[in-house]
Amino acid sequence: MNPVQAKDSEIIKTVIYEVLRYNPAGDRSPHIERYSVPVTKGMTVLDGLLWIKEHKDPTLSWRSSCRMGVCGSCGMFINGLPRLACNNQIVHLHSDRISIKPLPNFDIIRDLVPDLETLFQKHRAVKPYLIRKDRGEQDHPTGEYFQSQQELMNYIQFAYCIKCGLCLSACPTVATSKNYAGPQSLAQGWRYTSDSRDEGAAEREAVLFSEHGVYRCHFAGACSQVCPKGVDPALAIQLAKREAFFKTFGRHRSRPSASVAPPVQNWVPRTDIPKAPEPTVKAKS
Amino acid sequence: MRESKLWSWHILSGVVIAVLLGIHMAIMHMDAVLEILGIGSGDPIRSDAVFYRSRQLYFMITYIILLAAALFHGLYGLRSMLCELSLSRALEKVIGTLCTAVGLVLFIYGSYVAMTVYRMGEVLP
Repeated sequence: MNPVQAKDSEIIKTVIYEVLRYNPAGDRSPHIERYSVPVTKGMTVLDGLLWIKEHKDPTLSWRSSCRMGVCGSCGMFINGLPRLACNNQIVHLHSDRISIKPLPNFDIIRDLVPDLETLFQKHRAVKPYLIRKDRGEQDHPTGEYFQSQQELMNYIQFAYCIKCGLCLSACPTVATSKNYAGPQSLAQGWRYTSDSRDEGAAEREAVLFSEHGVYRCHFAGACSQVCPKGVDPALAIQLAKREAFFKTFGRHRSRPSASVAPPVQNWVPRTDIPKAPEPTVKAKS
Repeated sequence: MRESKLWSWHILSGVVIAVLLGIHMAIMHMDAVLEILGIGSGDPIRSDAVFYRSRQLYFMITYIILLAAALFHGLYGLRSMLCELSLSRALEKVIGTLCTAVGLVLFIYGSYVAMTVYRMGEVLP
């Protein structure tokens, strides 16, 4: 059922949406606008915003895409906590008043649209990709890298980050220190550093272990609490600190890097799998 | 990395402070308990008791180690807090230099006092 087109009989209750509005082109300062929204079963906060846009105010702006907690676009400050609007049903908030503001610790572009440029800048700074000493193999791979299940478990939970920015908006250190790298980028730096296929730890140290890196974390744990994907950035930061501590006192054991698997010999393609269709976009020659 | 070393020493100095301050608290503020346990030595803040401790080599070394640990731990913590105020790079460097200078001056002065009192053992009864 589409909540935007709900019938009267399907409405459970009505809630008041208190939405922070701000248009830098015309408004002097942000202000709150209230909307009465009919709630149907299973309706999410995002559905409520869509209803407002459809029925009350088409100028209301926010960012959203997948509606299923995967893309990380619809991060908002909902009833005092950073959450994904698509991931939270209205009835689960147990309130008749839904306060919605843009994510804290970011500039506002308009209404509920935060400027996530700082998030992506900090993310890029930790080089969030596999770095190999053999750049030839990296750029023109000849095979896969060997990796055990245990090696995968070392970083897999940190790989679930969807870059929604909720952790940054919840972090008390980010709120006071603009220079702090923040839980998202630090956790992603650790995600790649702890990957057995990676050899770029030294290149990430400049950010990870800088004056504004992992050592500025107060371990409030708010980042881990609000993460919609169950990632624990606070844990990644503590693990990075632990490694740095042992490294300082020469107690660090470096792990061997994953080797490249040799090409498969005598490979016979399965005949029961249909052939992939031709790409619709031709590669440039 | 320099910051890793500083932070690691910050942690280690915290442990040193916890141990040495624990000993200090036990001697200075738990004298009644120590008396009950039969290892007390009277009022710990009596001048002759203070001088007696200060003239012992291990106490002098302990004082200097505690001084170094406390100064490093405190000043690194102070610098960390100030660096969280979104200051400019230049100002952060000034704060770092200032903390180092203040720490060194206080350490030299404190060590001088501890060693001077230790040497007074040769002239005092």
